[in-house]
Amino acid sequence: MERNIFPLNYLPLGKKARVRDLISNGSTRRRMLDLGIISNTEVEALQKSPSGDPIAYCIRGAVIALRSEEASQILVEEI
Amino acid sequence: MGIKKLSMVSVYSENQLIIEKKYPDDKIIALAGNPNVGKSTVFNNLTGLNQHTGNWPGKTVTNAQGRFVHKGKGFILVDLPGIYSLMANSVEEEVARDFICFGNPDATVIVADATCLERNLNLVLQTLEITNNAILCVNLLDEAKNKKINIDLKELSKQLGIPVTGTCARDGKGLQALMDEVYNLTMKKPSKAGYVIKYDKPIEEAISILEPCIREVIGHFNCRWVALKLLDGDITLINSINQYLGKDILEETEIAEKIQLAREVLINSGIDNNLFRDKVVSRIVMRAEEISRKVVSYENELYNLRDRKIDKIITSKGFGIPIMLALLGFVFWLTIIGANYPSQVLSDGLFWLEDRLYRFLTDINFPVILKSLLVEGVYRTLAWVISVMLPPMAIFFPLFSMLEDLGYLPRIAFNLDNFFKKACAHGKQALTMCMGFGCNAAGVVGCRIIDSPRERLIAIITNTFVPCNGRFPTLITIIAIFFAGYFSGAFRSLVSAFILTMLIVFSIIMTLLLSKILSKTILKGLPSSFTLELPPYRKPQIGKVIARSIFDRTLFVLGRAVIVAAPAGLIIWLMANITVGDMSILAHCAGFLNPFAQLIGLDGYILTAFILGFPANEIVIPIIIMSYMSQGSLMELENLYQLGELLRNNGWTWLTAVCFVIFSLMHWPCGTTFLTIKKETQSWKWTIISFLVPAITGMLVCFIITTAVRLFRII
Repeated sequence: MERNIFPLNYLPLGKKARVRDLISNGSTRRRMLDLGIISNTEVEALQKSPSGDPIAYCIRGAVIALRSEEASQILVEEI
Repeated sequence: MGIKKLSMVSVYSENQLIIEKKYPDDKIIALAGNPNVGKSTVFNNLTGLNQHTGNWPGKTVTNAQGRFVHKGKGFILVDLPGIYSLMANSVEEEVARDFICFGNPDATVIVADATCLERNLNLVLQTLEITNNAILCVNLLDEAKNKKINIDLKELSKQLGIPVTGTCARDGKGLQALMDEVYNLTMKKPSKAGYVIKYDKPIEEAISILEPCIREVIGHFNCRWVALKLLDGDITLINSINQYLGKDILEETEIAEKIQLAREVLINSGIDNNLFRDKVVSRIVMRAEEISRKVVSYENELYNLRDRKIDKIITSKGFGIPIMLALLGFVFWLTIIGANYPSQVLSDGLFWLEDRLYRFLTDINFPVILKSLLVEGVYRTLAWVISVMLPPMAIFFPLFSMLEDLGYLPRIAFNLDNFFKKACAHGKQALTMCMGFGCNAAGVVGCRIIDSPRERLIAIITNTFVPCNGRFPTLITIIAIFFAGYFSGAFRSLVSAFILTMLIVFSIIMTLLLSKILSKTILKGLPSSFTLELPPYRKPQIGKVIARSIFDRTLFVLGRAVIVAAPAGLIIWLMANITVGDMSILAHCAGFLNPFAQLIGLDGYILTAFILGFPANEIVIPIIIMSYMSQGSLMELENLYQLGELLRNNGWTWLTAVCFVIFSLMHWPCGTTFLTIKKETQSWKWTIISFLVPAITGMLVCFIITTAVRLFRII
């Protein structure tokens, strides 16, 4: 079965996904790691801000808002 | 080759935080934790009023210390900045890590949020890797209970190998037990070991190559952890170690050789620098997940459904921004109607007192000139500032703190972030902007939360565009006279609140516009990455909010205004009463400034008032009034109607009022803010730019409006 891997910002609201890869570098990558975004982490898209960006995600029990620039560098697979 | 430890310690201490011990055997306790976990509540409840704040040496990071006594023993609590990790990605993290590692605390207390334990364990484990002289304080247990989240504290303690206590710091519950644990731990002989997290085999191998020789060179702190960080190539830590030792650790041939050797082992296993860090962080996160699975149980998996539902409405596409504006308008409306009556009472009372004072001074044959100077200059200005400023502040500050406590401010940032991104600014600028509503100086200090220097400068320079509490009463007065005056009764305050809200929208648009212009000109760059946590909604502690906002903020701001207003009243009285030639000094100044002031829709007296109001914006209107009075002192003005008459008789039109309002939104920062900007930026250049940017913008906008109005002969 082919796996469907796509950037996190395309995850529809209310859906859950698992992190497959982080393609950011440097400080952005470290920030993501600090939030506990590592391979296999479950994330859920919760809520878009009024203008559609940023989007709030549930990550390890905390609600974190990410701009599309950051979210597009997190590759996920829908559960 | 060993190195003597003692001789080296003093080198670091030059840069070290000064800890004010009351007695030499006071124990030092570091207090660490993620943001939004109630760390400051723990700090405040333990230390009470026994605290003082300052900065970390050489850093723009706030530091607070406090002392408490338990079982006859003194403890100094050092509040570290709220952080998510100790990986030193920001100055705050660096400061916290260096203090835990090199500051020699006798114990470290880590505060964690019971409703979000797993994420918090990340910091806990990273801290424990440095030292296991630590205590975990699981706070917000009451909230966890409400959300039906159970935490097995005993098991958690077993898993981590350190004491764990549960608290509800807001109610003071569990703090006794926490102090007991702190006492017990500091009475024991400190251990030097840290919590061992097993990493992948190649990493463990690399550590084992490096660790022994580090032990030889710097024996007295956690060598496994130092080895790990050296392999990571963490430059900030290497700098701190070097500073601590007073020499370059990498120049130790033995260490340099072993690092080389260990790196080879890693590279042979395909682990480069990036992957190394990933693997280390991942192990810690996985360990946190593992522990959390063992100790946390959810009776209700949908425990934060309520928060989600609220967020769905207040950050929604259709309602997000309207709700925000409505809330803002509502706060203003409450402030305006709530302040009317007490303002009148205060004003009556203070002017009654003035009569008594005047009569008393007459009775004791006080010299006439001095009497007039004291009563009509100093006292009247003071009375105006107090009666006009105090009531709106005493209402606005608590209301605003309530929104802050509730967790609404991050939602404002979330709603507005896209605008700030388009202005190439940092998302957290929305937060510092909100702080500016309280006090611009506080807003400027708040800009510390923005890591990127470029974006921090933008936030600092544009902070004065939002009106602070000192300017609200001025705005409210003029709006009430010129724009809402046509309406009567309850409708009038509604209209005032509406106009004020529109003004705030205007000031936010100007903030964004100027941020954009700055990032395209003198502060070029792209927005840096940022993440924003939306914490759970919390019921505000109404009593504490009121107490805190009245004592910490209202009285502080009022005190400052009073300190400024008294001498300002004196100077203005002198300027208005000393005549050179056939005019007073004030009239000379106004006459000189008048041609320019007319261009921007004001008059010479108004511009003079803004210049003299530099120490505190609150006194602008009193100066204007005093200037217009023929006798050169503040007249007793019974109500707004009289004030309106006075202004109109001196040539004010609606255009003057519009320009006045715009200019009071955008001119130069007040004296306190100015000095704060100097302190925060450490640069005269940026301080002067922060002065000029709003001043020029305000003059330009007023000039354009005035010219347009005059050109089209609307007046």
